[in-house]
Amino acid sequence: MKQPHPQAKRSQARGAMVVLFVLMGVLLVSFFRAQVVRGSTWVLQSDSNRLRVLQVPAPRGTIFDRNGRIIADNVPAYSVSLFPAPPDSIRATLERLAPLLELDEERIDVLVDEARANRRSALRVTDNAPFESIAAVEERRADFPGVFMEMRPRRRYVGGAAVGHALGYVGEVSAAELESAFFQDYERGMIVGKDGLERQYEQKLQGRKGVRYVEVDAVGRVVGSFEGQAAAPAVPGQAIHLNLDLDLMEYIHEHFPPGMRGAVVALNVEDGGVLALYSAPSFDPNDFVGGISRTLWNELNQDPSRPLFNRAVVGRYPPASTWKLATAAIGLEMGVVEPEEFMPQACFGSYTFQGVTRRCWRPQGHGHQDMAGAIAHSCNVYFYQLGLRIGLERLVEEGTRLGFGDACGVDLPRESLGVFPESLDWWQRRFNYRPFENEVMALSIGQGPNDQTPLKMAQFYLALARDGSAPRPQLLRTPGQDPETDWRLDLSEASLQTLRDGLRAVTAPGGTAHLSSLEHWEFIGKTGTAQGSPTQERAHAWFAGMAGPWGEDPEIAIVVLVEEGESGSAAAAPLAAKASDFFLRRKYGIPVDTIQTLGEHLRSGTPAPWARWN
Amino acid sequence: MPPTSSSPPRSKRWLGDPILAGLALVLSLFGIAMVYSAGVLNIPSPVTSIAWRRQVLWLVVALIAFVAILQARPRWIEWAAIPAYGLAVILLAATLVVGTGAGTAEGVGRWIQLGPLRFQPAEFAKLAAVLGLARLLSVRETPPQGLRDLVAPSALMGLPLILVVLQPDLGTALAFIGILFAALYWAGTPPLLLFLLASPGLALILSFSTPVWSVYFVGLLVLIYIFRYRLYLAESVGILLLNLAAGTVANPLWGRLADYQRNRLLVFLDPGMDPRGAGWNLIQSKVAIGSGGLTGKGFTQGTQKRLDFLPEQHTDFIFSVIGEELGFIGVTLAVALFAFLLLRVIRLAEITPDPFAGLVLFGIFGAWLVHIFINIGMTIGLVPITGIPLPFLSYGGTFLVTCWAFTALAARLARREA
Repeated sequence: MKQPHPQAKRSQARGAMVVLFVLMGVLLVSFFRAQVVRGSTWVLQSDSNRLRVLQVPAPRGTIFDRNGRIIADNVPAYSVSLFPAPPDSIRATLERLAPLLELDEERIDVLVDEARANRRSALRVTDNAPFESIAAVEERRADFPGVFMEMRPRRRYVGGAAVGHALGYVGEVSAAELESAFFQDYERGMIVGKDGLERQYEQKLQGRKGVRYVEVDAVGRVVGSFEGQAAAPAVPGQAIHLNLDLDLMEYIHEHFPPGMRGAVVALNVEDGGVLALYSAPSFDPNDFVGGISRTLWNELNQDPSRPLFNRAVVGRYPPASTWKLATAAIGLEMGVVEPEEFMPQACFGSYTFQGVTRRCWRPQGHGHQDMAGAIAHSCNVYFYQLGLRIGLERLVEEGTRLGFGDACGVDLPRESLGVFPESLDWWQRRFNYRPFENEVMALSIGQGPNDQTPLKMAQFYLALARDGSAPRPQLLRTPGQDPETDWRLDLSEASLQTLRDGLRAVTAPGGTAHLSSLEHWEFIGKTGTAQGSPTQERAHAWFAGMAGPWGEDPEIAIVVLVEEGESGSAAAAPLAAKASDFFLRRKYGIPVDTIQTLGEHLRSGTPAPWARWN
Repeated sequence: MPPTSSSPPRSKRWLGDPILAGLALVLSLFGIAMVYSAGVLNIPSPVTSIAWRRQVLWLVVALIAFVAILQARPRWIEWAAIPAYGLAVILLAATLVVGTGAGTAEGVGRWIQLGPLRFQPAEFAKLAAVLGLARLLSVRETPPQGLRDLVAPSALMGLPLILVVLQPDLGTALAFIGILFAALYWAGTPPLLLFLLASPGLALILSFSTPVWSVYFVGLLVLIYIFRYRLYLAESVGILLLNLAAGTVANPLWGRLADYQRNRLLVFLDPGMDPRGAGWNLIQSKVAIGSGGLTGKGFTQGTQKRLDFLPEQHTDFIFSVIGEELGFIGVTLAVALFAFLLLRVIRLAEITPDPFAGLVLFGIFGAWLVHIFINIGMTIGLVPITGIPLPFLSYGGTFLVTCWAFTALAARLARREA
């Protein structure tokens, strides 16, 4: 090729330079637009690429007992979750995790279904993985894309089975619950109170969950936490302080007649605070944390003794003789009887009214009785006559006023209403007949249409232990706040003393429960033996009473019910005595002894100087 | 021996053109730094984390080749052009039979394995094509005057181009087109002819919008009418028919293909395309660059890269790492370095008295310009994604050696005494 003219080369070079500058200029303009003009958009995109939001569960509020002892708190537990992914890849990951986390086929199926139903949120595989499993997964993290592990608070019930029915338990909120108004602001996967105090004070205990960001790589592996953006820390739930005495609850749990069903309610006389609330058999709420296993759940539900049934506040039993105190109180209130007054007809084993003959429990009869004696000996004939003096209509009215057809309003879910006729129409509605006046005879001795929860009976005896006023029993301690009074017995101090004298005689020498009397405390009360439903093999044993230092006002009101315990004095009274003794000894700083009641002293051969034998 | 006017000073002997060699070295070191950063991942990969060390070794090899080529006599180079071209074509044909994949381009046969050595014949072919084309054009007495004069150069480039496309390696194939047009331009081909040569390809691109293509085609008709005396009738008709075919047949034909067939074709043209859903590479690259902002996230700090969102971050998408970590400032710096490099090549072509040297320089200019513009352009979505590396910066041994061989040729031929 001929050498071109330098001038031509120059212009050709210029042309090439123009092309070069245009192309480089196009590049720079594009980058300027992307990086400087629209940079922030891409920054957002880059962050959403690599950041995943994780919910940080708030620790539930700690629950303290009346002495500041922790009943329920939180311990750290490791959870394993998967980031959202197609169900197939979720399944593949779960199958690889299975040997490390001990997942069976069934559980994997359940989890994959859950992932399919909820494609946007992370899938929690387990809430309580052992540390060794966590370490094993961590070691092979590269094999488990989309798996993340975190420490989350896990509920722990210090009291275990002793507090099962009072505290309830927690679990993941169910779909049905989410639709209710109570769980309006809740989200799937949250741990909520399912029963007991955990449910009652759910809003207080829940706290507010926080959020945290983690950085993930292109295949979804978590590579670290991200501190840059404002992550909202979790706000722990409020702590609550209870009137419950955990030591007393544990004591009752240990000493409840083994293998028996029943309930114990102990109330603080001063303010109506619930000192103990126990139902046997119980369950360990710790088993529910992190999801109860299907086998255990089935076991609890199919157990004929119904361990999940709270007998103290949901169970209803005929109050039997323990209710005679109500008849007596109403009689005194209305002035239809004087304390020292004998009923016109002495007890010869039965009483007949309007052609209906009803028997006393003691075939040979009690003879003439005043009120205290009638209470002490639980004489039916006396109370038949007292009931008739009061009259059916008045007894029903006054019993209703005292709340026997109602609930106490305790701060626990699902409290049962008492069964009690609120007026004479009740029979009309229920059985379609007008009641005869003689119906009052059954009612006045705690039979007939009258079923009460142990808690309700405890509240009534609380009123007897106080000045006749009955505060609403409450588990939550609200210091400085006067107890809300539900109703009051309009009784003079003297009338109250008459009633207590009757109770006193029960544990006094010659009384049915004398073997349950205590050395340091005046322990008084009423036994009861209730024949309820026909399916029942043996009668239910009741003891309702109170205890306090000798010669002073009672400080603890207590009710013990033992289903099919047969005898109130043998099955129920000793536990009531021992529990009261335990509580009062600790309250007054007297060392707790294993030999407490008179019966125990006699059996062990230790002297019982306070026992006065006739 | 006393110094004579024909013996170059020492610096020229070892560096050729110090400015060109300096720019190439700066770019190479910049490249090694970025390849190092590309290997800094949260979950390191055994391949990418040591890539920078291999790149250092390859730079040493490249510098040795550079110095060796500088020692060659220009006449030898001129003589070697045609045999080299022949050898390149044979190697490319052989690659189609015995080629293997490697690294991130596992699925395609672009490499030839010779014992422990593995290299890409297509890179050598670019070198040989530049020389071969320069040789062909330099023996002409006059610049090409008509389309018929372009047939031989086009065929000379077309053969290796087709062989490379069959590998398949569309990106490198585009480099041959760049070489062809740049060399023809320097040989004095009228721009009109270059435009007509490119017109069927242009028609193919524009055919995706019928109104645009129609306007373009009318413009082409007018153009050919104006210059009717400079073209043979057969040439005019041929060009029009080719444009018509590209604009009318290609599009409906494409439209009639099923999606999977189209994808198959696209994947044939670019195997790296779409490995993880539509446009993943492009989106992640744009996110990386855009989020870099003005000043970048800092060297080795790019999150897109670090968390493995960025594809091929040490090879084809090395520029996205620059954009993310060094920001617009780093981008401007890199583009400026490339611009200086290409300006120097133009300048050398301008001052060399030797037509062959000038043509070689412009061939190199064409190849580099295509590589740089398409590689950088694809990271930001200006041009479709094709597997094409960025000179000096992308990880890749053969490619780095080729770039330095180009530099050596440019420097050696530019100071050839007339």
